[in-house]
Amino acid sequence: MSEDLKCIHCGNSCGKIPVIFDGKPFCCSGCFTVYQILNTNKLKQYYQIEQMPGIRIEDEKQPASETYAFLDLDKFKSQILTFSEGGISKVSFFIPTIHCASCIWLLENLHQLHSGIIQSFVNFPKKEINITFNETEISLRQLVELLVSIHYIPEINQHSIEKPTGDKAEKRLFIKIGIAAFSFMNAMIYHFPQYLPGHQFLDADMKRLFGWLSVALAIPVLLFSANDYFLTAWKSLKKKMISIDLPIALGLITLFTQSLIEILSGRGIGYIDSLTGLVFFMLIGRWYQGKTYQALSFERDYKTYFPLAVTKITGEGTKTIALEDLRPEDHILVRNQEIIPADSVLLSETANIDYSFVTGESMPVAKKAGDFVFAGGRQIGNAIELTIEKEVEQSYLTQLWNQTENPFAANNKLNTIINRVSQYFTIAVVLIALCAGGFWYFNKPDIAVFAFTSVLIIACPCALALTVPFTFGSTMRQFGRRGFYLKNTAVIEHLQRVNTVVFDKTGTITNARQSEVQFMGNDLSPKQKLMIKSLAFHSSHPLSKTLCNSIEGDQLLDVTDFQEIPSMGLSGKINDIRINLGSKYFVTGSKTDEENMKTEVWVFINDSVAGYFQFENEYRRGLKELIGKLEKNYELHLLTGDNEAEKPNLISYFGNSRSLHFNQSPTDKLEYVRNLQKQGKNVLMIGDGLNDAGALNESNVGIVIADNVFNFSPACDAILDSKRFANLNKYIDFTRQSMKIVYAGFGISFLYNLIGLSFAVQGNLSPIVAAILMPASSVSVVVFASFSVSLRAKFLKL
Amino acid sequence: MSVVFILVFVAIVMAGGFLVAFIWSVKNGQYEDTYTPSVRILFDDPPAKESNDQVTEDKEQKKESEDCETENGENHGAQSKME
Repeated sequence: MSEDLKCIHCGNSCGKIPVIFDGKPFCCSGCFTVYQILNTNKLKQYYQIEQMPGIRIEDEKQPASETYAFLDLDKFKSQILTFSEGGISKVSFFIPTIHCASCIWLLENLHQLHSGIIQSFVNFPKKEINITFNETEISLRQLVELLVSIHYIPEINQHSIEKPTGDKAEKRLFIKIGIAAFSFMNAMIYHFPQYLPGHQFLDADMKRLFGWLSVALAIPVLLFSANDYFLTAWKSLKKKMISIDLPIALGLITLFTQSLIEILSGRGIGYIDSLTGLVFFMLIGRWYQGKTYQALSFERDYKTYFPLAVTKITGEGTKTIALEDLRPEDHILVRNQEIIPADSVLLSETANIDYSFVTGESMPVAKKAGDFVFAGGRQIGNAIELTIEKEVEQSYLTQLWNQTENPFAANNKLNTIINRVSQYFTIAVVLIALCAGGFWYFNKPDIAVFAFTSVLIIACPCALALTVPFTFGSTMRQFGRRGFYLKNTAVIEHLQRVNTVVFDKTGTITNARQSEVQFMGNDLSPKQKLMIKSLAFHSSHPLSKTLCNSIEGDQLLDVTDFQEIPSMGLSGKINDIRINLGSKYFVTGSKTDEENMKTEVWVFINDSVAGYFQFENEYRRGLKELIGKLEKNYELHLLTGDNEAEKPNLISYFGNSRSLHFNQSPTDKLEYVRNLQKQGKNVLMIGDGLNDAGALNESNVGIVIADNVFNFSPACDAILDSKRFANLNKYIDFTRQSMKIVYAGFGISFLYNLIGLSFAVQGNLSPIVAAILMPASSVSVVVFASFSVSLRAKFLKL
Repeated sequence: MSVVFILVFVAIVMAGGFLVAFIWSVKNGQYEDTYTPSVRILFDDPPAKESNDQVTEDKEQKKESEDCETENGENHGAQSKME
């Protein structure tokens, strides 16, 4: 069998023992089962739209059969269903693994898998599926289990219960833009004749009609499309602050009143085209800036991570209860791959708990009966029983989450560049307007008011207000194309102010899923290595898997008398030679030293202890270069919950041990970041797990490193694809470039303002000057900002 | 010149019609997902419901459509991008 045989379902290597069916190779029975389901239901087109589109779920990660039992309860059903009447129900699920055209095709043909499904629609950017189904034929639980059976596991948690609110705001913005565009276009038609030679011969009636029609068009724009500008201007005034919206609101009101006066007095038809155009451009800027990554979530807290329901053990048996009904002293059952919802004590003999979401450490932790177990871990293996010690809200991790209210968030908001600039800008404009008005009042009183209003009109900082949305909006898109996803554009501004970088270790600068394996002890013969591999192959423990993958060779040997002793090790016979693999205690009989905390697997072969395999975290590629570049401009710190075992290695990366801190609890990390901030530093925290959540939230910018950006990550400001980790310094540097572009954009808009003001102060601002100058300044700022960002990004090979 | 008044009226009614259509399409959710429909339109019609007398014909059609699909498949190769 050739080495690189690819599974027809998921495209993974089939390894040594492929499952063959229908003349096609499969990597595992899971993939094969999905193929069979699709094959019998005539859904094989799935494999033709895209090559190897399937999703692989390792056997041990398959949810237990009872996992979705809670969906049978009315309480959850009514929360999850978006609509239900007369047996017809609608539901929508977030499925993070949706990734290609085949996924869309299969999920929209679900009705062929089960006749109870009436219709299903996929929203690809949101990675969401909306299903209409007949509850008399298929229950919600069966529906979810059907999706699981074809390896599209929906995420069902607190997050999916809360009804989305963002959609409505976006729809409203679209309608606002539509109305502004409609009014802008029509107002231009009415105004255009005025700008042509010979307009003085226009019929007076027609002028009046055009004037009044323009006013009618302006009213919905002012009252609906532009209402946010008035509201925020008013709000900030009440707080005695000046925001960019204040001069905008001032400009719009003056534009409208001036136009109204001109139309009423029959002198002209005013500036309504400029007014509607301004609002239109500014709304476009708002839309451009408001881009979000729909499938990514930056706001997740423990609630979205924990399950909705838990299995409680009562006298009569097991019962599914809601998470919020869980009380201390309750006994619960946690099955394979389920999450421990609250701090508790283990009742079962042994447990194997994977804290990779919490600490970033991929190796599961073995626990014994009576051990205290923190919430947030995922049980691997057989179901375990626990006694709850603390309520969900009181558990260590959740408490950490609740106590961090970011005090800098509010401060940061006021301190944005645009608001700082607009403070001076507004004062300057009002002063110029007063001076111009005052000057003409003494020289030529009849144009004094006009000069005053003209200044306010032409100085309306539309171009200024567009600079930031378009520069940062384009920067965010450039980053998005390169695997760096920002929560919003404000992050760019905070990022360029950062002067201190704090790293977490496990999972952040080390590869979570890979570790280096080294053998310490007597040299092993290739034959012995193969025997070890063959034995390890039979276990699903992550250490066994890593070990198995690290040893070369493909002819596996037959193992007899195989035994797996939980949290101890493996034992088996190959050609009548006994091999034991496992903890030091299991293999040698002597206790593990407390000092040595490195992960080890000891080997017993040929009647003697041969030595041990040592597992070391592998540092991410490019770490050395990244640190070398970052330390020139930033103060670097490292916080880790681990012991000092890795200290020598880390010193070789960081150069000294002053900034390395070991044995840091999640609260320590948070405090450390807080202290740095008290020293006046702008802190960037880079982490990955729930234990960094507090520090990520506290820091000025929190970036999460993720192997799969759609998977769960703690609340943060940005998510960085781990493949792009080595480019981090480029991204931070690029935010400074964006800032320079913003300043240049400000320069351009000031230049236009200067030209406009020179007309205005002389008292001869005509509608045609406004109609040319105002859109021209907006368009040129927009073009400048977007082009220079993408050119810079290309030039710097971002 | 009075014809201009009529034209102005016609113009605003037409433009208003488009505005109403736009607002309806926004409310109808047509801008919520601007990517999936572009993929959906390339899929072939779902295989016809089996009825006994049409089986042979169906099979032939299916074979033909499968041939087309392999070509189509290449076209959507680059569709797994994230927006």
